[in-house]
Amino acid sequence: MASLELGAEIADPSQIDAPYGAEAPLNKPQRRFRWGRGAILIVTAAYFVVPFYAGMEYSLQRPTGGFSLTPLSQIASAPGFASALWLSTQLAVITMVVVMALMVPTVIYVHLRLPRFRRVMEVITILPIIIPPIAYSVGVLESAPQWLRNSQYLLAIVYVILAMPYVYRSLDAGLGALDVKTLVEASRSLGSSWLMTIWRVLVPNLRAALMSASVLTLALVFGEFTIANVDNWQTIPVWIYLAPTDNPRINTLVAMIALLATAVVLILIVSLDRSQSRNSRRSA
Amino acid sequence: MTSVTDVSTPVGADVHTLSGAPVVFDNLTRRFGATTALDRFSLNIAPGELVALLGPSGCGKTTALRVLAGFERPDSGRILVDEKDVSTVAAQHRNMGMVFQSYSLFPNMNARDNVAFGLHIRHQRSSQRRAKAAELLDLVGLGEHVSKYPHQLSGGQQQRVALARALAIEPRVLLLDEPLSALDAKVRAELRDQIRAIQQRLAITTVFVTHDQEEAMSMADRVCVMSRGHLEQVATPAVLYSQPATPFVGQFVGVSSRISVTRRGDHVEILGREVKIRGDLSAVPTGELEALVRPEDLDVAVNPTGLGVITHRSFLGATTRVGVGVAGANLRADVRSSLADDLDVGTRVDVSVNARDVLVAASQPAS
Repeated sequence: MASLELGAEIADPSQIDAPYGAEAPLNKPQRRFRWGRGAILIVTAAYFVVPFYAGMEYSLQRPTGGFSLTPLSQIASAPGFASALWLSTQLAVITMVVVMALMVPTVIYVHLRLPRFRRVMEVITILPIIIPPIAYSVGVLESAPQWLRNSQYLLAIVYVILAMPYVYRSLDAGLGALDVKTLVEASRSLGSSWLMTIWRVLVPNLRAALMSASVLTLALVFGEFTIANVDNWQTIPVWIYLAPTDNPRINTLVAMIALLATAVVLILIVSLDRSQSRNSRRSA
Repeated sequence: MTSVTDVSTPVGADVHTLSGAPVVFDNLTRRFGATTALDRFSLNIAPGELVALLGPSGCGKTTALRVLAGFERPDSGRILVDEKDVSTVAAQHRNMGMVFQSYSLFPNMNARDNVAFGLHIRHQRSSQRRAKAAELLDLVGLGEHVSKYPHQLSGGQQQRVALARALAIEPRVLLLDEPLSALDAKVRAELRDQIRAIQQRLAITTVFVTHDQEEAMSMADRVCVMSRGHLEQVATPAVLYSQPATPFVGQFVGVSSRISVTRRGDHVEILGREVKIRGDLSAVPTGELEALVRPEDLDVAVNPTGLGVITHRSFLGATTRVGVGVAGANLRADVRSSLADDLDVGTRVDVSVNARDVLVAASQPAS
């Protein structure tokens, strides 16, 4: 972008109102290290890192001393692991698809047409967290039709409800960063149907919120133990607890890998969220 | 690149000249709970005309535009476009381009894709979409910014892209909902001229909502002044200013001083002079009356024994506006700046009315 000099003729009208950020870069203020924050960060990091290190050490330590990566190669062949992983993956995919299909139109509708209903929605969607999973599990099992009781899909339905608080909040925050009403009206005035508006305008701008909701759902399904155990399905958490392996170090290793994977994905989500927030602020 | 000053010259042959459609608001009423936003509102707009809906906040101007766009359904009345009743037609089927007050570009699309969005919906081929988007972005002076995303554009640039996007679908009517209000004064003035030039060139029927009377008066063929959901007056800017039909218009459009008067038949006595009452005499209220007098209809002359006193003065360029305290009222009068040297604050002056006729309204209680 060409800079304008005082007294110079403005040849190009598009240059008159220069975009944000086109000015000369500002000097960044020097960041001062805050000791209080640093101490909290160190204590928090230790809270997570120490148990993780202990778990990894226990899993990878040879009986004769030293470390070995052999247990990593033994995970895949551990009895029941593959089927537990497959079941958890299926449940995660089904849960994500169903919860998104239900929640995306619902949250958009609430934002557009029933904004005063948002507080009620917040209360409703917090209920799955308040109700104890065991009570919830028994209730769902008792009320489910017979044909569904022996199906793994019943577990997915339960997980849809469990995931609702996280998915609702992610989407609510994502939509809150957009001027949904204006975007929808602009899209409709250009001839777009509701479905096309959601698909081509809203969903792409909710990418970070959708990803965040998806990963939280994934973490929930891969970490949920109580209901799967009561319902007698051997998902990954149940396998870790019950697996009939002759080497308990492998179970611990799987738990540690799951923990690490979740942490990495959550860090990615936070980065994406920050990036989207910056873009929203700049375009606001 | 096409600049603001270039809009009167032809761009590519492929840019279609739009034909304006006549629009009729026929006795529209729209209520929100106990509030009546539109109260039997009627207005005819000719093909290719730019009509500004002007009024204070809550007067119903935006509701009228949203009913026309299809975002609100009227409780009663009809909207006719091209003599067809579109009152029940969904917004996406009305083929009206709209530019919004807040920046409404789709953040996930660059300028070209934003402009081409409506064409994509209409299943135009990719090459056609790209060509037309490029032409329209040229038209609004953003030919070099086709690949930029909204967050990389300034407010004025975003509104230009929004205008190009609205024009891309070759709308029957262009709707502008205070598109300039979020912009700074300089950009607002430039974009105002550019919108008007493009509108005139394409001869597209345009409805422009604003609360800024300068904007309305400078851009519109006719201005429709609204108050409390109904139409007060619709006229050309010149007529609206010089012959306001109602006290509300007289007070809202331009600057007026209210002077207590006594009625004598079809005249009133103002500052010692009899002046004819404008308009329908049967509509003149009874009781205490006030005349609405424009600053240019008052003459001020220095007189050490005069009844008026200069209370303030503002230099406006060719004219200087002075405040004159007289008989408990504070009047505003415009004086040619070259003759205003002696009119310092505190100077005693004579004030007289030079208008042929004046608008008369019921006296307002002092605030």
